[in-house]
Amino acid sequence: MTSVTAGAGAPPPRGRVGSLERQRRWALRGSFAALGVFVVIFLVPPFYMIMTSLKSSAEISAQKGSPWIAQSPTLDNFVFLATNPQFQRYFLNSAWVTGLEVILSMTIAILAAFSLSRMGFKGSQVISTGVFLTYLVPPSLLFIPLFQVVGSLGLINNTWVLVLLFPTLAVPFCTWIMIGYFSSIPKELDEAALIDGASYPQILWKIFIPVAMPGIIAATIFAFTVGWGAFLYPLAYLYSADQAVLTVGIVRELIRGDVFAWGTIMAACVMGAAPPIIIYTFLMDYYVAGLTAGATKG
Amino acid sequence: MANGSTMAVDSGTATPSTRPRAGSLKKLARRRSTTALLLCAPLILLIVGLKVYPTFYAVFLSMLDRKMENFVGLANFAFLLTRPSFQLVVFQSCLFAITAVVMKALLGFILAHLMHNIRGKNQRIWRGLLLVPWVIPLSLSTLTWWWLFDPSYSAFNWTLNWLGFDSIPFLGTTWSARIAVIVVNVWFGAPFFMIMYLAALKSVPEQLYEAAAIDGATAWQKLIFVTLPMMRNIILITVLYSLIVTFADFDIVRILTNGGPQDSTHLFATYAFNVGIESGNIPRGASVSLFMFPILATLAFFVLRDVLKRNKEIST
Repeated sequence: MTSVTAGAGAPPPRGRVGSLERQRRWALRGSFAALGVFVVIFLVPPFYMIMTSLKSSAEISAQKGSPWIAQSPTLDNFVFLATNPQFQRYFLNSAWVTGLEVILSMTIAILAAFSLSRMGFKGSQVISTGVFLTYLVPPSLLFIPLFQVVGSLGLINNTWVLVLLFPTLAVPFCTWIMIGYFSSIPKELDEAALIDGASYPQILWKIFIPVAMPGIIAATIFAFTVGWGAFLYPLAYLYSADQAVLTVGIVRELIRGDVFAWGTIMAACVMGAAPPIIIYTFLMDYYVAGLTAGATKG
Repeated sequence: MANGSTMAVDSGTATPSTRPRAGSLKKLARRRSTTALLLCAPLILLIVGLKVYPTFYAVFLSMLDRKMENFVGLANFAFLLTRPSFQLVVFQSCLFAITAVVMKALLGFILAHLMHNIRGKNQRIWRGLLLVPWVIPLSLSTLTWWWLFDPSYSAFNWTLNWLGFDSIPFLGTTWSARIAVIVVNVWFGAPFFMIMYLAALKSVPEQLYEAAAIDGATAWQKLIFVTLPMMRNIILITVLYSLIVTFADFDIVRILTNGGPQDSTHLFATYAFNVGIESGNIPRGASVSLFMFPILATLAFFVLRDVLKRNKEIST
């Protein structure tokens, strides 16, 4: 039955048989229904995060009625956080650390990817494979020896340590994405430029970067998400509140003592999740391209 | 390598009569490879300094005693293996990684198929909604899960009571805590699998299905004999990659249970953090996380095989 459906449906403009059309429509409805259920399940935590952030502490501790809905929604939690110097510090720390990390990572990745994909020298294959291998070495394997390294550099409890360490999270994969994009640029393009007397920096700046812009955006988004959401390194190396970044600050500092100010905590989570979500909504296609980069070729 | 063809042509025409040109060409080639190395230098410095060196340093650290003064060989590893709490860590890490990855892969596969049925603009919207768990920083969403599981205010328990069931101490007993940790990981990772599989599904040529349909294949046969073989590579690489990341997971367990109840949900990473950073026994912490290494290396080996194939495709 289904085979007939697909067979008849294959040449789209022709052969519109009523029953087949109906069958297709039912399959579509079924998919929508199932997806609807999944979306509802998957969005429970973000929904509850937002709902709780709109509740006052009194409402939360009263435990009256359904916890899923804020009965008297208020923005007090957000106002409190926006004017709280400590939270401002976390947010600012996260912002400048991630900003620097993105710039550093992208510079390193673009330069290396250009060299590895175009200037081919002895061992360039080994390097690009090695870079990918190190991408598979997780931070949870490295944070203890790095604790010693960071200690000997005198960077324990100094936010700058993250500027040093975050690129290790982003650079391997960004380089990998950029190698893929650079390799897809026709070789005739840079050969023509070479013949016209362009230097390598010129070729990179005037041809490769503009042409590979989608890849650069995808890699930048990846670098940003990784740095903004990193948790292990800041937790391990930063212990005082003024040096903390958002993720660690919320988890560690807002949960103090016996009183869990859940309304405030959830509001902080909403604000912390906002930058990646905003970038994601506007640049979804680049985001997805970054995720799947390399996979479809394998 | 990219310009190998041009260079070859040039040196081919460089007959003995034009010897000075050939010399300058060689000089040019040398300068080019110097520039190439210079451009790679920051990358190499970063990788060697902050990834390769720490890996070897970890091996060295793991063979010291607590005060980091004496060399004790493999004593730390031997000690850990005899400790019941560490045996639990090994068990829980395997259970966590394997169960979570299998469920993510299955769920991702189903979601990708459902998504593939919907074409056009609708797909973008649904895909966008389903990917949200992956976009929120994991530590922040895990905090929300904790709040959902909270013993006295749990919204899940409220719903259970409302439906007439008893409350469940989600994070209070061993097995419910283990399941909770896995659930959060599946919730976070399944959208990634969906995206990868969806990309794979889109790359299967439509003609194959048409041919199968003409041969009278059922939907099930099409799935087994067309879709799965065509997606094999992506399924494999996604599962391997996800196994690595899930094995090394830290955020979820650290925030949700911090290893409790009774150390039953600790993973390698969280246990290493407790031992190495919080209790200050750096060598033993290093040996805990080094136990991950053989597992990760095996997985990485298989990933690498696939990657090398891709490299060859790019260079040709």
